[in-house]
Amino acid sequence: MLKRLKNPTGYFILGGLAIFLVVQILLSAGILNNFWRGIIFWGAAITMVTLGLNLIFGFNGQFSLGQYGFYAIGAYGAADVTYRWVHEDPSGVVVVFFGLWLSLLLYALVSVLLRRFYGITVMTKFTAYLLATILAFWVAVKVLLPVLGPVTMTLLGALPEAVSQQIVFFIALLGGAGLAGIVSFIFGIPVLELGSDYFGIATLSFTIIIKVLLDNTDTLLPFPEMKGARGMIGIPQWTTWPWVFGTFMLVVVVMRNLLHSSSGRTILAVREDERAAELVGIDVNWAKILPFVMGSIFAGLAGGIRAHDMAFLHPQSFNFIQSFNPLIIVVFGGLGSMTGTILTGFIWIFLLEGLLRLYLPSGFETWRFVVYPLILLLMMLLRSEGLFGEYELPFLRRSALPLRRKVASEESEEVA
Amino acid sequence: MAGRPKGLAPEIETRPVLLEVSKLTQFFGNLRAVYDFSLTLHAGELVGLIGPNGAGKTTIFNLITGVYYPTEGSIRFRDVEIVGLPSYEIIQMGIARTFQNIRLFSDLTVLDNVLIAYHPHAGYSLLDSFRRNKRFQAKEAEMTARAQDFLAIFGLDERQNDIAGSLPYGLQRRLEIARALATRPQLLILDEPAAGMNPQEVEQLMELIHFIRERFHLTILLVEHRMQLVMNICEWMTVVDFGEIIARGQPAEVQHNAQVVEAYLGRQTVDLK
Repeated sequence: MLKRLKNPTGYFILGGLAIFLVVQILLSAGILNNFWRGIIFWGAAITMVTLGLNLIFGFNGQFSLGQYGFYAIGAYGAADVTYRWVHEDPSGVVVVFFGLWLSLLLYALVSVLLRRFYGITVMTKFTAYLLATILAFWVAVKVLLPVLGPVTMTLLGALPEAVSQQIVFFIALLGGAGLAGIVSFIFGIPVLELGSDYFGIATLSFTIIIKVLLDNTDTLLPFPEMKGARGMIGIPQWTTWPWVFGTFMLVVVVMRNLLHSSSGRTILAVREDERAAELVGIDVNWAKILPFVMGSIFAGLAGGIRAHDMAFLHPQSFNFIQSFNPLIIVVFGGLGSMTGTILTGFIWIFLLEGLLRLYLPSGFETWRFVVYPLILLLMMLLRSEGLFGEYELPFLRRSALPLRRKVASEESEEVA
Repeated sequence: MAGRPKGLAPEIETRPVLLEVSKLTQFFGNLRAVYDFSLTLHAGELVGLIGPNGAGKTTIFNLITGVYYPTEGSIRFRDVEIVGLPSYEIIQMGIARTFQNIRLFSDLTVLDNVLIAYHPHAGYSLLDSFRRNKRFQAKEAEMTARAQDFLAIFGLDERQNDIAGSLPYGLQRRLEIARALATRPQLLILDEPAAGMNPQEVEQLMELIHFIRERFHLTILLVEHRMQLVMNICEWMTVVDFGEIIARGQPAEVQHNAQVVEAYLGRQTVDLK
């Protein structure tokens, strides 16, 4: 048993468990108060958002400013599900859960259909998938909700409250992440065609659109419970350390496994040279959509975690100036370095929201957005490869493969 | 070397047609880049496409590989119309190409460069790679072994963990050809493979082209500026100028074609010797 753990994966699992236990004990013993608990959870959320951005920008080379938009979608989406649930309304749970699966089903159908035609334009593709999404959620709201709503209510109601609460929270997180994924997929189809610079501008406007929509959730959108620019209150505070740790580890492991696979190599190839990647037979559109959707799902998941920790959401915390936060962290940690992002993400929140908020004079918040860009600028000039440079934890490293034994290669030459 | 093409030529005519380009025309705005270009490639041929700078050779390659959509004309590969297909599907059908200016994934390792070209044949799904199950492990190991075998053929196996951009120029060209061949093509399109090479490297390149052609049973279409290279290895040549075909035939015939001489050297000079 111990021997099996003596490899990077084993150390990673043991290290993860140790961190989990230490933090859990500190939290249970009350050594870490609510403030520090919030800082740790916040750090984890920001790090997940930033890992997503690193996947999109650092590994795939698509400059994105839209990450906070997806963070917001995840936060508001998940919060709405649980908010409705605690107000005896199963509609959030039913619509989000079944809407997601229906959408995925319809996407599969649409992609099979589209494959039958030559020369499909981007806008056709976009329209087809958009219509599929609308249809899926229309069905979920108009057909499934009246039928399954009461059923879900009685089924989950029959369980003890502690259990049903966890199930609803799980569906809420899944829903927030899934909604972010769906929106990024639909949005990404036309926009990823643009190429990196224009993509950056498009994603910036996406963040602004989301912010404006959130400001008007009660007037423009039919979500009075989100209360528009006044901020959404009354979200149950369900985020616990096991949830934070679990989702965080899920994000890290999924991202690492993606990057260490063949699809991961195509993602890197697109960053290196898009044209060359296409001309060695790689579906470049897919190799750009995939990391974009994955990165957005990470952000959405983080949003759900953050929303149920703060118990309060305000559109102002998702404006586009905030969306530079993950960008700064990514640049600090190093583009294309997971370890760098993880460490920098936590350090960032720990220093700037933890220590500095406690020890610096109260006017500091105003200066933050003067200081951040300056730090960013200095970083770019002095150490453009990021604080941690090329370093990766052994578990996250794409290790160099050993050279093949010479005997084998001589054999193959004989065959030749 | 010069004797061999003559013996091959009549026999090749009877082989199946691999690529048939007919009446290909491409305008960029008012600029006529390619006009009424036709070309038939039989399986196993080695054909050169030459012409002065700006004659439209690279445009023709870009049209064949789906980078541009032609204004007019048809391109059939193995009897399938490929105009309008996205590049990656054309490549997966069995056309591979290299670039005039080398385009490797220069921050990745030599091995990764080849593995990326294997991606369409990876044989495991995205879900498998998230779960890292047995199938993933097995297929990944198989892919790596194949890529290593493949690099050994090109003498690059010792360099598998080097960053591609750090290789010397000749090896980068070699790696680019290896990466193109890793897509398992039937037709290989080489866009000025000898550009920027010294005479010794050109010599090695010519050997390499002959070697891969026999080893992988390839049909090769080659664009080249260096007449020496083209004259030595191509069996058939097509000469284009201003996007139009001005001559075609065996190297020796083409060499003395008045129009070709004019296109290359101008009107005054007639004697190529």
